[in-house]
Amino acid sequence: MRTEETQKKARKTIYITLGVTVLMFGFAFALVPLYNVFCEVTGINGKTGRISVAEASAQQIDPSRRVTVQFDGTVNSALPWEFHPKVLQMEVIPGKLYSTEFFARNLSDQAIVGQAVPSVAPGKASLYFSKTECFCFTEQTLQPHQQEWMGVTFRVSPDLPEDVHVMTLSYTFFNKGALTPEQLKQGEKIHGSVAKSTSAAEKSAG
Amino acid sequence: MSHATTHEHDHHDEKPKGFVKRWLLTTNHKDIGTLYLIFALIMFFVGGAMALIIRLELFQPGLQFVQPEFFNQLTTVHALAMIFGAVMPAFVGLANWMIPMMIGAPDMALPRMNNWSFWIMPFAFAILLSTFFMDGGAPAAGWTMYPPLVLQGGKNVAFMVFAIHLMGISSIMGAINIIATVLNMRAPGMDFLKMPLFVWTWLITAFLLIAVMPVLAGAVTMILTDHYFGTSFFNAAGGGDPVLYQHIFWFFGHPEVYILILPSFGVISEIIPVFARKPLFGYTAMVYATASIAFLSFIVWAHHMFTVGMPLGGELFFMYATMLIAIPTGVKIFNWVSTMWQGAMTFEAPMLWAIAFVVLFTIGGFSGIMLAIAPADFQYHDTYFVVAHFHYVLVTGAIFAIIAAVYYWLPKWTGHMYNQKLAKWHFWLSVISVNVLFFPQHFLGLAGMPRRIPDYATQFAEFNMISSIGAFVFGFSQLLFVYLIWKTVKGGEKATSKVWEGAKGLEWTVPSPAPHHTFQDNAPVNDADLAHGGAH
Amino acid sequence: MIKNGIKSAWQTFVVLGAVLFSTAQAELALNMPKGVTEFSRDVYHLHMIVLWVCIVIGVLVFGAMIYSIIKHRKSKGHKPAQFTHSTKAEVIWTTIPIIILIVMAFPATRVLIKMEDPQDMDMTIKVTGYQWKWRYDYLDEGFGFLSTLDRKSNLARQPGSGIDPETIPNYLLEVDHPLVVPVNTKIRFLLTADDVIHSWWVPALGWKRDAIPGFINQAWTEILEPGTYRGQCAELCGKDHGFMPVVVKAVSKDDYKKWVAMMKGAEVEQAKLDEKTWSKEELMAKGQEIFESQCASCHQKNGQGMPPAFPSLVESQTVKGPLKDMIHTVKFGRPGTAMSAFGNILSDSDLAAVITYVRNQFGQQNDVVQPQDVAAINQS
Repeated sequence: MRTEETQKKARKTIYITLGVTVLMFGFAFALVPLYNVFCEVTGINGKTGRISVAEASAQQIDPSRRVTVQFDGTVNSALPWEFHPKVLQMEVIPGKLYSTEFFARNLSDQAIVGQAVPSVAPGKASLYFSKTECFCFTEQTLQPHQQEWMGVTFRVSPDLPEDVHVMTLSYTFFNKGALTPEQLKQGEKIHGSVAKSTSAAEKSAG
Repeated sequence: MSHATTHEHDHHDEKPKGFVKRWLLTTNHKDIGTLYLIFALIMFFVGGAMALIIRLELFQPGLQFVQPEFFNQLTTVHALAMIFGAVMPAFVGLANWMIPMMIGAPDMALPRMNNWSFWIMPFAFAILLSTFFMDGGAPAAGWTMYPPLVLQGGKNVAFMVFAIHLMGISSIMGAINIIATVLNMRAPGMDFLKMPLFVWTWLITAFLLIAVMPVLAGAVTMILTDHYFGTSFFNAAGGGDPVLYQHIFWFFGHPEVYILILPSFGVISEIIPVFARKPLFGYTAMVYATASIAFLSFIVWAHHMFTVGMPLGGELFFMYATMLIAIPTGVKIFNWVSTMWQGAMTFEAPMLWAIAFVVLFTIGGFSGIMLAIAPADFQYHDTYFVVAHFHYVLVTGAIFAIIAAVYYWLPKWTGHMYNQKLAKWHFWLSVISVNVLFFPQHFLGLAGMPRRIPDYATQFAEFNMISSIGAFVFGFSQLLFVYLIWKTVKGGEKATSKVWEGAKGLEWTVPSPAPHHTFQDNAPVNDADLAHGGAH
Repeated sequence: MIKNGIKSAWQTFVVLGAVLFSTAQAELALNMPKGVTEFSRDVYHLHMIVLWVCIVIGVLVFGAMIYSIIKHRKSKGHKPAQFTHSTKAEVIWTTIPIIILIVMAFPATRVLIKMEDPQDMDMTIKVTGYQWKWRYDYLDEGFGFLSTLDRKSNLARQPGSGIDPETIPNYLLEVDHPLVVPVNTKIRFLLTADDVIHSWWVPALGWKRDAIPGFINQAWTEILEPGTYRGQCAELCGKDHGFMPVVVKAVSKDDYKKWVAMMKGAEVEQAKLDEKTWSKEELMAKGQEIFESQCASCHQKNGQGMPPAFPSLVESQTVKGPLKDMIHTVKFGRPGTAMSAFGNILSDSDLAAVITYVRNQFGQQNDVVQPQDVAAINQS
């Protein structure tokens, strides 16, 4: 026979276990921000940091050390753009600010918004790689056949582990959708300049 | 549902009349246990049929029978059906039948919730299996459901996610019920350290379930919103990370592996002492080993992801932590062997299956240690070596333990002894064919055959053919099992209440078949009746 | 049923025996390959060490069990002992495995550190996984190409092809354009993917690494012996996951230099191909080849497709409709469907050839499409 007392105890057990269940469901979602923090601490997914120019210039420089930074550009096949770095690699001194450019061109007859996602290999180097300026901070819009040089300013931290000699900064450009003429008129989502289309672009359009 | 009337029946010692009252509205732990076991058996054959189509296609190189996308649907749903439809419900069924009887409780703590948690399952699987008949077919991204691939699925994504939510709710309700029963419903005198190991392992499993099933629910919910509501949890273009999903999934997935195997440890720890006529060796060590395996299962998940490109520190941590699991698992195996040592063994069907479990599970454990070595895993990962490993652990581990448990308790459930000769035929056919089926897959994996492929290079042809032959013999041998159960339910030699000469424990103090209601009077238990009644 | 059981068990043994006998003759691969890199050999030795440790433990444990099963049985009149525990025994069989594990952990750690610590790389190759092909970019040389399942395997693997895979050399393990690399050169691999996660694996190199869209992964290798090494995609990536092999051809440094020069010449050649005007016969022949390697896995060799996911080309309004629309569909894909954009994958002359082939073969159109026509169509 179940007595009143065991009923009461059982009810308490249910409340506690149900509480655990709800908590763990929440935990799954909490893992999303937790994972991002974890990645920032460990560099697990190759995401890079962003710093201000002031922070960057406050760092001391180790002029004797050289690190090779490779650049790479990937275009997702859903985006009809051309995209590649200006130079394949740079020798940098950790602590100093450097700038380089990536070339992007819209090959379509439509204005398209793209978003670049950065990634650094090896993952552990990403912790020591930060940018003061980057086209990946915002969405980029290119008009039909517009081409543009997109800049990135970065710094490799002097704290970079001794055993890292080469690192790769890779961007993948994804399609965030085409713009309708109405949106274009309203100037929505437009971050790139409209006026720069060149004769080369016109030639390929013809 | 008229719970008031069914509840009344709890106080009488007769079965409710009529199909609806007896089965649909039942709150009796034994009837619900039976329902779970029958459901598990059906799903075992559903999942098994899919496995046989897979092995048929892989019998020789070239595509003969199925299209590649249907093959992927089969591998995906085979896994989901076997894990969530066969193994987990079978253990919940065993828990329902046996835990109240083993701890001297009149029923589960929450009989009505028990009814719901079972009746959700058929709906969950009807939803999942219905996707086979839809445009675009069933889910085909593997049971691990990795994005972005899973997001390419069509309608089936919503159905799959909903089915998994239902299965999760069912498992969580089952787990809460077991915890509430074990913590509150033990008969006076049934101390924690006198509980049978099956009860112990299930208690720990139940805690694992409530800790990780909600995490899976969260992960698939995120897939749902990524697919239908434009979120980017796992979409790189929107700032998400597909690897994040793998971390969340395996945070569930690794404890899930122990959810499937810990109750098996309990079953084997019940059976071996009975047929060795000798108390279980190292009872407390077994309890602690189970608890430490459960604890370790939370900190090893990323060993499923050695190839995603983790930093060195992460790889080393997960490699060491994974290797540690070998220690409590080893303790269990050594204790089982020591229990057999100097015993007076007989080899009835349950003992045969239990011995096969110890040997073959250990082989699965060995390949597990090999897989834990991260640099070697760069070779083993996602090959047939892994397929062989987890089938040794889950087929000759979990499923062999379930079959052993059925042979062990079937006389108690039905009141009849079964045909030992037939049972031995079932055993020998299964144990030989299962090795023909899975052992060559080690070689295939080492030689370079990836998993989840519908067609393969010709140098893999011989072992695939052997494996497929083993699969068909193993699959059809299981029909013997169904026939034997059917015959035993229908009739046979009357079983005594003790059934087995060396049997000890409260379940053997009640008549066979066990009356519809047992331990109604809440009487104190007698230490002499218990397997672990003495001091340890 | 028992009779059947006996029969099938017996048959199994006969087949098993026969196969094992032939195995001994054919020298079937039973074990992990030693491979051709220092890392793969380290991994092989690690694998063998752990395997032997497991075998020794297995022999001891199973030996004790078998001894006990034979000696300590009731039918032999053995009386059961009643001991229930021994703290000493538990301590021993906790401690000894710990020691064994620590001994195994040392070489494992050493090998892992070597793998994760690439130093002084000589060249970089970027590997991009697509559904269901690989792209290799030689970053230092500035060229790249796609690598897909070769035509013979692709035809034989179609359901109902009637072609015996045994007659195809390197069935499913051959590509149209292998990755050519020099030996004794430290090569850094950067891996990413376009659509879903893939995993690049060549057993002879000793590792596999996931290619994840939006992320860049790295790995490295130094091949010690010239030769052709084959592998496959190892991460489930959809329908044709089983049909995207990896083939690495390791050649001497001199041969590699020659090959690079040839490839650079080929780029010039390709540009010429895109400029010239093609005859219909040339387009049809080339188009069929491209159709069978690129399109037939979904649309089928006979163009009937596998509706609804992969529509028939024979009945298609696109194939019969205006040429401009069809070029647009092939070049830029059709968002929201399985039709991907081939403009990034095939050259203009290849696109012209395959479109000419499809329109003439399946659409009863009498069109000739030139590379310049393809180049003129932009995304709208």
